[in-house]
Amino acid sequence: MSAQNRHRAPLDESPIVRWLLIGSALGFLFLFVLLPLLTVFIEGLRGGLARYWASVSEPDALAAVKLTVIAAAIAVPCNLVFGLAASWAIAKFEFVGKNVLITLIDLPFSVSPVIAGLIYVLLFGAQGLLGPRLSQHNIQIVFAVPGIVLATIFVTFPFVARELIPLMQEQGTEDEEAARSLGANGWQTFFRVTLPNIRWALLYGVLLCNARAMGEFGAVSVVSGHIRGLTNTMPLHVEILYNEYNFVAAFAVASVLAFLALVTLIIKSILEWRHGGEISAARA
Amino acid sequence: MNSLPLVSEVSRAAVAIPAARFSLVKRSVLPGFGISLGFTLFYLGVIVLIPLAAMGVKASGLSWEEFVKATFSNRALAAYRLSFGAALLAAAINAVFGLITAWVLVRYDFPFKRVVDAMVDLPFALPTAVAGIALAAIYAPNGWIGQLAAPLGWKIAFTPWGVVVALTFIGLPFVVRTVQPVLQDLSRDVEEAAASLGATRWQTFRRVIMPAIAPSLMTGYALAFARGLGEYGSVIFIAGNLPMISEIAPLLIIGKLEQYDYAGAAAIGMVMLAIAFLILLGINLLQRWARVRGGEG
Repeated sequence: MSAQNRHRAPLDESPIVRWLLIGSALGFLFLFVLLPLLTVFIEGLRGGLARYWASVSEPDALAAVKLTVIAAAIAVPCNLVFGLAASWAIAKFEFVGKNVLITLIDLPFSVSPVIAGLIYVLLFGAQGLLGPRLSQHNIQIVFAVPGIVLATIFVTFPFVARELIPLMQEQGTEDEEAARSLGANGWQTFFRVTLPNIRWALLYGVLLCNARAMGEFGAVSVVSGHIRGLTNTMPLHVEILYNEYNFVAAFAVASVLAFLALVTLIIKSILEWRHGGEISAARA
Repeated sequence: MNSLPLVSEVSRAAVAIPAARFSLVKRSVLPGFGISLGFTLFYLGVIVLIPLAAMGVKASGLSWEEFVKATFSNRALAAYRLSFGAALLAAAINAVFGLITAWVLVRYDFPFKRVVDAMVDLPFALPTAVAGIALAAIYAPNGWIGQLAAPLGWKIAFTPWGVVVALTFIGLPFVVRTVQPVLQDLSRDVEEAAASLGATRWQTFRRVIMPAIAPSLMTGYALAFARGLGEYGSVIFIAGNLPMISEIAPLLIIGKLEQYDYAGAAAIGMVMLAIAFLILLGINLLQRWARVRGGEG
């Protein structure tokens, strides 16, 4: 402490500044993150546990849960396979136009969710480009389950690929080349060498992909017919209840989604703390 | 021996062949290039590119006058103005508080720091409709915060300010998550050097730290802004959605669709897509700048 007597400009902020900064950061997060989260649970439980349970277990709510799970159960594996194929092609090989391809893969993130829904209506809707031909064959895509699945796939399109591409690029091709030279075939190389190297980043990508798939509202709202019990996902069910001024039920269903978001965040944090090194290339 | 060539032979071949004959693809010993790239392009085409092209085709069915009428009506202009203004303001709020949050998370210790750090990502994980109804409940005139503002004559929910609140929530993680890693990697030597040369803490921050994190701060700002422009779910519950006053640009598309004006919806969609492309281009340039900066430092 005697060293403090030397004339020396301070390298750290004074305690007052420090606590002011911490205070304003925490205040900001409280106002914009914690308070909305608490509101969802408090408003949902306002009518008591019995009403809460009735709201989340009525037939329309259960149908919404089912459709949400179906949409995610199709969208996530599709984008998982795509993510693996895209990252294998991009990270393990050199070819012309690679950067353009990476930009195109990220494109769904920069497009408004409303546009994500709109493009499928314009393609498959009654006045859409393929609409007349589809209705001849009695195939309904938009305002039905297939449209919801397509819109969900679109908005979650880049999640797995963008976690894997930077990581696999950093890992290079030496491990795979060694496996090949020792006689492994292509699939053996992939399953025994590549997959173990990327498993945590893969899980990380799938986790985020699933959270978005289950929570997507805008895109799904455009392609859904908003038919209760048939084309309503959980976020759409929340909207319908809210617009009917049935706030307790709306917040009860919303709290299930908020709980899902919390579980996602907890698993995500655990993955980052335990396996940060094996994911971190993807976080740059 | 024929079936198992030595690695060195193969890699020599991989280097030699492209030089020998001009090729778009560099040869490799690894299998599966054709099928993985083929599937990638097919899937990208079916899910993203063809549907987006369909929007262009639909919009091109309009004459120039009809296109301008659909995309630049007074109602549409008011919606663009609100979307741009609210997204710019929300991104600016996030730039200030996101920078403070990133700074606090990297430099200081306080209780529950890890929980706070994890909480920053909540707007990414929470479905937008859930966030929307929660924010509407908080900022409504009878809500927890709306109640405090009402006696002062401030209305937040169901006015353009509600849009700003929702977009601030949605954009919150972007600035924190782009600035945080750069701040983490910043060497403290330069700060010590600045201090030893007599700089005050504020001078060091302005002249030494700020230039190093500026590209990432601007990238985070641009990402939050881009997200805000297209956001729908969290906004519609708190905005009130009055045409000319609190109607956002994505809502114009919904309105056109509800009137079965598919071509008009496609036209507005094309305008929003063009703006998104421009912002994406800007973000790419910013990131290139950041890399050049990082390389020098």
